[in-house]
Amino acid sequence: MTGFTALLVRDMRLAVRVGGGALMGALFFLIVVTMMPFAVGPDLKLLALLGPAILWLGALLASLLALDRLFTVDHEDGSLDILMMSKMPLELAIAGKGVAHWLTTGLPLVIISPVLGLMLNVEPKAMGAVALTLLAGTPALTFIGLIGAALSVALRRGGLLLAVLVLPLTIPVLIFGVSAANAAIIGPAPFGPPFTILCALSMISLVVGPFAAAAALRFGLE
Amino acid sequence: MAVIDLANPTRFLRLVTRVLPWLAAVTLIAFAIGLMQAVNAPDDYQQGATVKIMYLHVPAAWLGMMGWVVMSAAALGTLVWRHPLADVAGKAAAPIGAAFTFICLVTGSLWGRPTWGTYWVWDARLTSMLVLLLLYLGVMALYWTAEDPGRGSRAAAVLTLVGALNLPIIKFSVDWWNTLHQPASIFRAGGPTIAPSLLYPLLGMAIAFTLLFVTLHLAAMRNEILRRRVRTMRLMQAQSLAEAHA
Repeated sequence: MTGFTALLVRDMRLAVRVGGGALMGALFFLIVVTMMPFAVGPDLKLLALLGPAILWLGALLASLLALDRLFTVDHEDGSLDILMMSKMPLELAIAGKGVAHWLTTGLPLVIISPVLGLMLNVEPKAMGAVALTLLAGTPALTFIGLIGAALSVALRRGGLLLAVLVLPLTIPVLIFGVSAANAAIIGPAPFGPPFTILCALSMISLVVGPFAAAAALRFGLE
Repeated sequence: MAVIDLANPTRFLRLVTRVLPWLAAVTLIAFAIGLMQAVNAPDDYQQGATVKIMYLHVPAAWLGMMGWVVMSAAALGTLVWRHPLADVAGKAAAPIGAAFTFICLVTGSLWGRPTWGTYWVWDARLTSMLVLLLLYLGVMALYWTAEDPGRGSRAAAVLTLVGALNLPIIKFSVDWWNTLHQPASIFRAGGPTIAPSLLYPLLGMAIAFTLLFVTLHLAAMRNEILRRRVRTMRLMQAQSLAEAHA
């Protein structure tokens, strides 16, 4: 087993066992979506119209809140220092942690989104489109969030600072995610262009995220 | 004196003390000329005198964006050469850039009231300037929360470079989002084609604003160097007190 897969398996095990917060993000997502009709009213037509936007905002906030502890726990018990000293490039190690984090917190959001869509009166066909855009877009949220998580552990600050730093950077993902979903549901614009741009954003952040996060950790923890 | 000598904070301070009064005077003169040109510029046939807001609005927007360029250059200096003066330059530029971006948003909003009939529209340019302001505030929050200035500067430098990479993407996506949601025709009507009689005052004001930026930036860098010295002296004083009591 290479270092990368070992780290991946370790992080996923930690997330699903006692004390890990794998499903907490999904639970938060459920609560945000439940709160929304209390704010905008129970009108099913309005909810169906706002559905993709509500689901995207909920997923954005859920994946952001889950990031807070990503490096902090490893920093507290010293395993982050071992990762930084190991022969494996730090960028690769961070990418592994990011993938594990997405598999345990991002993917559950995608999987439960169709059920939440039912509560918002989003049509089954449209729900497929929303789930597909979430599948393509949540990796970007996780990997942009890595940068904020690394910065906040380097400064030993978390919580709101992380949100303030990361949220403006996720605006393009939100724009193209919701546009692609809406294009599939109400048209008339085609689904293809925004969806492919969304995939491109995910791939860019897959590259930029680990490098920037590694730089933040190296400069911050020395 | 070679440029490299300026990298020494003490030499830099000496130079700034000598140059700053002259620079401030030149800035004042440039503003006097620029404002005079702006006052004498003809009114727009459609918008009347409100078009003069442009002479504050457009230069502020340019310098709001230039602030990020200055910060990105300083961030490279911080991360690549680990230079303390680059730290100081980056930290000093952030609030100034944020202030110019804020001026751009406020004047844009005041200009929007008579021309578009509302203080705020989710126009692509307004929105991307707002996001720029949010990014500035994020960087400032990062400096603000860091206990150790060096650590804070390096964290902010990483964020600045990520922001520099992300800003064109944000600009592009906001443009795309806006054309999808709103027709551009409303916002076209406000923009007069720039005639030379309007362009020269604008250039004059742009020069004056740039000089103001440079003056404020140098003064803020000087203040930051002095602030760090005061901090070090306080720490040394506390240490010697602790040793005396031990």
